[in-house]
Amino acid sequence: MTYFRSDIRQRAEELVSLYPRRRSAMLPLLHLAQEQDGYLSDAGMAEVAELTGTTPAEVRGTAAFYDMFHLEPVGRYVVGVCTNIACLLAGGEDLLEHARRTLGCEVGHTSADGLFTLEETECLADCNIAPAVQVNHRYVHATTPEELDRLVEDLRAGRRDHDIPPHGTLIRVRRSGGLRVGAAELAEERAQARAEREAREAAASEAS
Amino acid sequence: MAAVDTPPIVTARRDLADSHTLARYLDTGGYRGLRQALTMHPEAVAAEVDAASLLGRGGAGFPAGRKWSMLRKAPISYLVVNGDESEPATFKDHYLVERDPHQLVEGVVIAAYALQVTQAFIFLRGEFALGLERVQQAINEAYEHGALGRNIFGSGFSVDLVVHPGAGAYICGEETALLEALEGKRGFPRIKPPFFPAVTGLYGEPTVVNNVETMSNLPWIVLNGGAAFAALGGGRSTGTRMFALSGRVNRPGVYEIEMVKNTFRDLIFDDRLGGGIPGGHELRAFIPGGVSAPWFGPEHLDMVLGQDEVGAAGSMLGSGSIVVMDDTTCVVRAAWRITKFFSRESCGQCTPCREGSGWVERILYRLEHGGGRTEDVDVLLDLCDNISPGLNWPPQQTTICVLGPSIPSSITSAISRFRDDFYAHVQHGSCPHE
Repeated sequence: MTYFRSDIRQRAEELVSLYPRRRSAMLPLLHLAQEQDGYLSDAGMAEVAELTGTTPAEVRGTAAFYDMFHLEPVGRYVVGVCTNIACLLAGGEDLLEHARRTLGCEVGHTSADGLFTLEETECLADCNIAPAVQVNHRYVHATTPEELDRLVEDLRAGRRDHDIPPHGTLIRVRRSGGLRVGAAELAEERAQARAEREAREAAASEAS
Repeated sequence: MAAVDTPPIVTARRDLADSHTLARYLDTGGYRGLRQALTMHPEAVAAEVDAASLLGRGGAGFPAGRKWSMLRKAPISYLVVNGDESEPATFKDHYLVERDPHQLVEGVVIAAYALQVTQAFIFLRGEFALGLERVQQAINEAYEHGALGRNIFGSGFSVDLVVHPGAGAYICGEETALLEALEGKRGFPRIKPPFFPAVTGLYGEPTVVNNVETMSNLPWIVLNGGAAFAALGGGRSTGTRMFALSGRVNRPGVYEIEMVKNTFRDLIFDDRLGGGIPGGHELRAFIPGGVSAPWFGPEHLDMVLGQDEVGAAGSMLGSGSIVVMDDTTCVVRAAWRITKFFSRESCGQCTPCREGSGWVERILYRLEHGGGRTEDVDVLLDLCDNISPGLNWPPQQTTICVLGPSIPSSITSAISRFRDDFYAHVQHGSCPHE
């Protein structure tokens, strides 16, 4: 019996199999743990430790380094407003202030209804549609207070469920193909191919 | 008059709504470069990249071919693509991974073939949720199409490609930090030497790390030849380049233009590019290559967009992102916000960066928000000189990676150009623009 739901557990095991070393799956697995719980629970991190061959302390210590991992519960929607240089020049600070009032929560906090967590983000690499705003790491292109208000209304009414999944769900496309590593086998094939090519080249140079 | 007529290389599909699908990609010449490469000797493919003189498009501008040749001496290797685009105001790779993921995948397979690597990774910024999905979809389709996996297009060459999500840390754009993250650890940059992952990379094995835009150029280079690429641009700056323009301009966006053929004035003011400054305001300063770069002023507008030209003038083309500030911009606030970013993103390993960034950020904060002192300007310069002695460009290195020595750029730029603005803040008690 695992803590991860069976579908999450299966995807987790697939991810581990993609890497030459298990620990490399750490970040992808933490994203999966966050997909199941909406944040990183102790039980979720313990399962990541088991899957990556590390300890829960190592998992927590790694996760804490990264901004996208939340060690405490957050809202269903994490709203990130950028105030870095390009967005600063486009009024990002004012938009963040407006978001604070609209959502009814301080930066870094969650609204009373548990629906929204507000974050001030660093550059989101969407500087031509500034200020940049993401909800659960989906670009929403809400650059004015009016657009932001409409977005919040739509989120409350569930009208964005099709393109903005609950917080934690990052990649909805599942890997469908691949060698699943087999590095030793491949190295052998490569050596054989090289030998054949060299033999061909030697024969060709002899012929000329 | 801007030279914008050169056909684009990496943004050729920019007007197609379905440019991310395999069907459209094949329809527009997709995977022909790879098919061509597979008929060539791997070293002949690498030689074309050498001939193209393709400079890495991530920020450091190191020749891709030289990175590859360092690796070719060693047997085992990984190819890792750096798609952790986090340098503020840089958003070109964001475009490429969302809009043309197959072009990236094709470039990766070409590079893997040239290097004879059987395992490749694309490390993508975690905040690129759509990009991650688009690249995974492209990878799935490429396997299905026979362009990835075992025995690619019947050539006997095999490579596996995995897309790996980051999780929000600017420092992971530094290639050794990226490898740490890919090994499942905190993104702490590694101590140098060795300077290059080609010597000691992923799991301690020889590894090539290339940027997304660098990889995306490869299908074109193979199809058209390295010489055709090198014929574009001039000097060491060959080919085209994607410039990300933002800030106080009418038409912010990503513009792929030929290197060296256009000036900053063209990029910012030409109606087909930036379209000038809103409301006819005056340009005060601009950042020529990401926030780590020293600022330029109006006197630099007629400089061409070339790596060596910008370098000789004491800054860098870096990540290719240009930020325009005009007479409505408070430069103290701009410098403070950039410094706050570095302070937040410092990984904390080295004292000058960890302590220095927070110290200068707090001083800039009080200048902007209240409590600034006349001597603060000199204190800022002194602290910056401690972070990177001499305040030269390129900066003297006091830390494991270049994040720390990048901190002074915006501060010393703002002070040297607009010292009176700082004193005005002191006199007013806070920002006079508010």
